Amino acid sequence: MSKINLYKFASPATFYGLAGQMIPGFAVLSAILFAIGLYISFFVAPTDAQQGEAYRIIFIHVPAAWMSMFIYVVMAVYAGVGLAFNTRLSAMMAQALAPTGALFAFIALFTGSFWGKPMWGTWWVWDARLTSQLILFFLYIGFISLQSAIDDPRRSDRAGALIALVGVINVPIIYFSVKWWNTLHQGASISLTKAPSMAHTMLAGMLIMAVACWTYTIAVALFRVRLIILERERHATWVSELLEDAK
Amino acid sequence: MNMLAWILRRDLLLAMRRKSDVLTTLFFFVIMVSLFPLGVGPEPQLLKAMGPGVLWVAALLASMLSLGRLFAADYADGTLEQMLLCPESLALIVLAKAAVHWLASELPLVLMAPLLGLQFGLPGDALWVLTLSLLLGTPVLSLVGAIGASLTLGLRGGGVLVSLLVLPLYIPVLIFGAGAVDASTSGLGAGGHLSILGALLVLALLATPKAVAAALHISLE
Repeated sequence: MSKINLYKFASPATFYGLAGQMIPGFAVLSAILFAIGLYISFFVAPTDAQQGEAYRIIFIHVPAAWMSMFIYVVMAVYAGVGLAFNTRLSAMMAQALAPTGALFAFIALFTGSFWGKPMWGTWWVWDARLTSQLILFFLYIGFISLQSAIDDPRRSDRAGALIALVGVINVPIIYFSVKWWNTLHQGASISLTKAPSMAHTMLAGMLIMAVACWTYTIAVALFRVRLIILERERHATWVSELLEDAK
Repeated sequence: MNMLAWILRRDLLLAMRRKSDVLTTLFFFVIMVSLFPLGVGPEPQLLKAMGPGVLWVAALLASMLSLGRLFAADYADGTLEQMLLCPESLALIVLAKAAVHWLASELPLVLMAPLLGLQFGLPGDALWVLTLSLLLGTPVLSLVGAIGASLTLGLRGGGVLVSLLVLPLYIPVLIFGAGAVDASTSGLGAGGHLSILGALLVLALLATPKAVAAALHISLE
């Protein structure tokens, strides 16, 4: 097997083409997985004995919450790589991921409050996990607004990277907050050490939805990074050639 | 170390020459705290329960409002660039500047807090815990705030941006600071909360000066 040259694809010009080839695959995959996942969540998974039909919100709520935390870590890794090795593409990827992460954090909060109303009888409780999810949303907003306030792309990349790395300290706090504080929120439903406490179809539905969210994130981030590349490289020859071809 | 003493002396002198800056922050804190009883009503039980949180939130906001002064003047007259060029460790310079920010903008609030606590009907023990928690927590605010201040140097709308960047990072300090006072009034003992505040302070002292130094290089490059 020939070695893939990572340095080649670290150049925005080559990555632009590669991303363009990857987007349709991930987009189609994501659409199929969403269809299967939603079918399982609504028609196959049994009604929960205690929570009734309202529990079905977890099929979007849990994957969204996972994604919002995971994307922040991925973003911080890209930011760190960009800061350490001065690779422009890494910073662009971090910038491309942030809006999707913020979207998932918002979905997790929004669907969570719809679940909380029938279960707890209230839209919102100031519990540790809800609060730290809210803080995560604020961190995304801070990152996005700092980047958009700085006009010089180089400074904006590096300043964003620093604040992402500072903020990533918050992600483990979210994850362990259930253990730190003892509150209304039920413990995590899935654990790697114990047998899952939910039916297998429920678990399957949730995992398929999670993978669907993943592929969606990849497709959207690649789409966004292509736009960022075009915007940043608009003075480069390859972009003007590309635009000539498109005409 | 010479450098540290020199910056401390210079910045303190500058802060003392502009006493009104120090007093504005202090009075912002006092006014802010006084607004709460007017907003929620004068019931002693309610105020006693709210007191620690109100004082802590007001301290957070007052500290954030004064962050602009941390680097802005030195940035405007070019001193900051000279500091970046000088062979001494930039992290040490940052530490000195954060220390002065704490002394000038936050220590007065800490000293004023017990008096305002009395107005909220906090008992004697709680006042001690409040002061101690502020003493441990407010330096963290200066240090963490310095990251936000350095990243937003010279940006349009920098002041509002700083609040978006910095307030979420202040939350752990708020939780454990106000929590310490609550724990003490409910008879649980504030030891645990104060220990965590101390740990946060140590962490901030070790980690933030380097981060601020990196941020200054990014902003001034």
